[in-house]
Amino acid sequence: MIAVILRRLMLGVVTIACVYTLTFLMVITIPGNPLRQSDRNLPPEAEQALRVRYNMDNNWLYFRQFIVGAVHGDFGPTFTYADWTCSQIIADALPVSVVLGFLAVLFAVVVGVPLGVISAVKRGGALDLASLSLVLTCMSLPTFVTGSGLLIVFGVYLQWAPVGGWGTVAHLPLPALTLSLPFIAYIARLTRAGMLDVLGSDFIRTALAKGVSRQSAVWNHALRVAFLPVLSYLGPAMAQAMTGSFVVEKVFGVPGLGQHFVNAALNLDAGLILACVLVYSTILVAFNLVVDVLYGWLDPRIAGAV
Amino acid sequence: MPSADTIFSGGTLRSMRRLGKRYPSAVVAAIVLFSMVTAGAASLPYSVRWFNVQDLGAGIRHAPSITPAVPEEPYLPDRSDLEATELGALGGAAYRLTSLLGHDDLGRSLLYRLLPGFLVSLGIGLGAAVMAIIIGVLWGAVAGLIGGRLDSLMMRVVDVLYGLPYILMVILLKIALTRPLTSLLGDRTRYAEVLILFIAIGGVSWLTMARVVRGQVLALRNRAFVEASRLCGAGTWHILRRHIFPNLAGPVIVYGLLVIPQAILQESFLSFLGIGVPQPIPSLGRLAADGVEAVNAFVGFWWLLVFPCATLVVTLLALNIIGDALRDAMDPKSRAASLLA
Repeated sequence: MIAVILRRLMLGVVTIACVYTLTFLMVITIPGNPLRQSDRNLPPEAEQALRVRYNMDNNWLYFRQFIVGAVHGDFGPTFTYADWTCSQIIADALPVSVVLGFLAVLFAVVVGVPLGVISAVKRGGALDLASLSLVLTCMSLPTFVTGSGLLIVFGVYLQWAPVGGWGTVAHLPLPALTLSLPFIAYIARLTRAGMLDVLGSDFIRTALAKGVSRQSAVWNHALRVAFLPVLSYLGPAMAQAMTGSFVVEKVFGVPGLGQHFVNAALNLDAGLILACVLVYSTILVAFNLVVDVLYGWLDPRIAGAV
Repeated sequence: MPSADTIFSGGTLRSMRRLGKRYPSAVVAAIVLFSMVTAGAASLPYSVRWFNVQDLGAGIRHAPSITPAVPEEPYLPDRSDLEATELGALGGAAYRLTSLLGHDDLGRSLLYRLLPGFLVSLGIGLGAAVMAIIIGVLWGAVAGLIGGRLDSLMMRVVDVLYGLPYILMVILLKIALTRPLTSLLGDRTRYAEVLILFIAIGGVSWLTMARVVRGQVLALRNRAFVEASRLCGAGTWHILRRHIFPNLAGPVIVYGLLVIPQAILQESFLSFLGIGVPQPIPSLGRLAADGVEAVNAFVGFWWLLVFPCATLVVTLLALNIIGDALRDAMDPKSRAASLLA
């Protein structure tokens, strides 16, 4: 098992290196020079100094310097925010996004899995139809609509939650719920499909024949197997929820990481783009590793074969 | 319970009828979608004329009403010209509907922004799906058919691309494509931007398609008819064209269909961030995003949020339901008999 984990870890590092190289190539080939964006006319000396400061003269040097710095936790300067470094921005925003994303995925599992199980067991019935329409609606509503809707209902009319901002526990539920809706939909569908596969298999029939209650057959025997596809989805889901929350952040005024993904790309802020991509792929690789370990624990058959 | 084979045996019409019997919701969804497309297409002569006609007087944020809110001049600038043509007879009737869904903050008719906006969104979705299909099928088919080193290399590339944050890539692709395409298309920049949008969305949506296709090709390439063809001396391209591609059609159509709602949703996010379709071209995402802004400022302007969102949801629901039904019909596993059902 340890050998498997080590192998996966190495593969992850290779993936991160590839992602970094690819993003770097994209960033340096996309036209657009941030120093030329403003109307100011820079004196040549100043421009030269800035080019040196932002590593714009020597791409290969920048490539090496950035990754060496990143390993030490230093992502270098950003074009956009004068008094900040990329590391400070990430350190500021990452905890917010991690809390929000984790809550959202947790909520999605807690709601989505039972939803999927029930709709598989009551297949074709009214409950299945109800949960299916709920799932499809969750999938079909853009987050900015659900977020604004929740904000208007619970923030403005009922005043159960603050209208926006960040800092107290009361700020958490609405953005987390909004962020979790698409994940609820996906997890419910995965669970339903997995359960439909499993419920027809021999070991469930055996369990029922041996006198295991229907409840136990569904929730203990079948779900344990049907949960596996959900588990492997949780890795990417975590990474996405922790970094792709820009719409939710914009609607609720949450100072998270997602906005930097969008703004860095829009501003062609090379340092911040690279920092964001590295953070994203590190989170992705880390969670995929965790998921793999959990997978082996849930399904001992594949422990050696990952 | 009929299996996939019995559903798809016989002619196209018969299998479609059988599909409809199994999945009545998909039939309803298809009818809804079709009538929306028809309405959008039929109103095109008027909406092209009116989608950007502004009236900062009586029309500004006018609530929905059956009678037009705005005097006729801004809407029918060349009325005599219109009446002279065949369109003119219907033009009056179309004009009377302008205030049906209310007006936005520039006094533009929401109805005549929503109808073409629906077509624009659907077009972006279709374009992205076609992009995803072209890249995904070629990539997956080549990887699966040639196999070996190249296969694992190509699939590693897909893995790495999965490791890139989606939205960042869409934006970077959009920025990268904007300059060459606008210089190519000259002053039709606005339409170039719509094109760029679906190329960018499609350019990041082909990964799942490539995986599905590769899996399918791996299953197909060891089948007897492919080996027979190879024994007869057929080349890779011939095998791809004659034996692999026709057999891929089913799953490719299903996954392509599921790309459409995703692409429409992506476009709406981009529009919400202000980098979607350029003003004043309407799209469902842009209209919903504008509505969110209007309602956040003052809840009274409900129609600016409700109608675009309802259209968006109905469109996506319909597409998802049809895609789901087709996937269900293609996949015999999903209908495995269940003891507990």
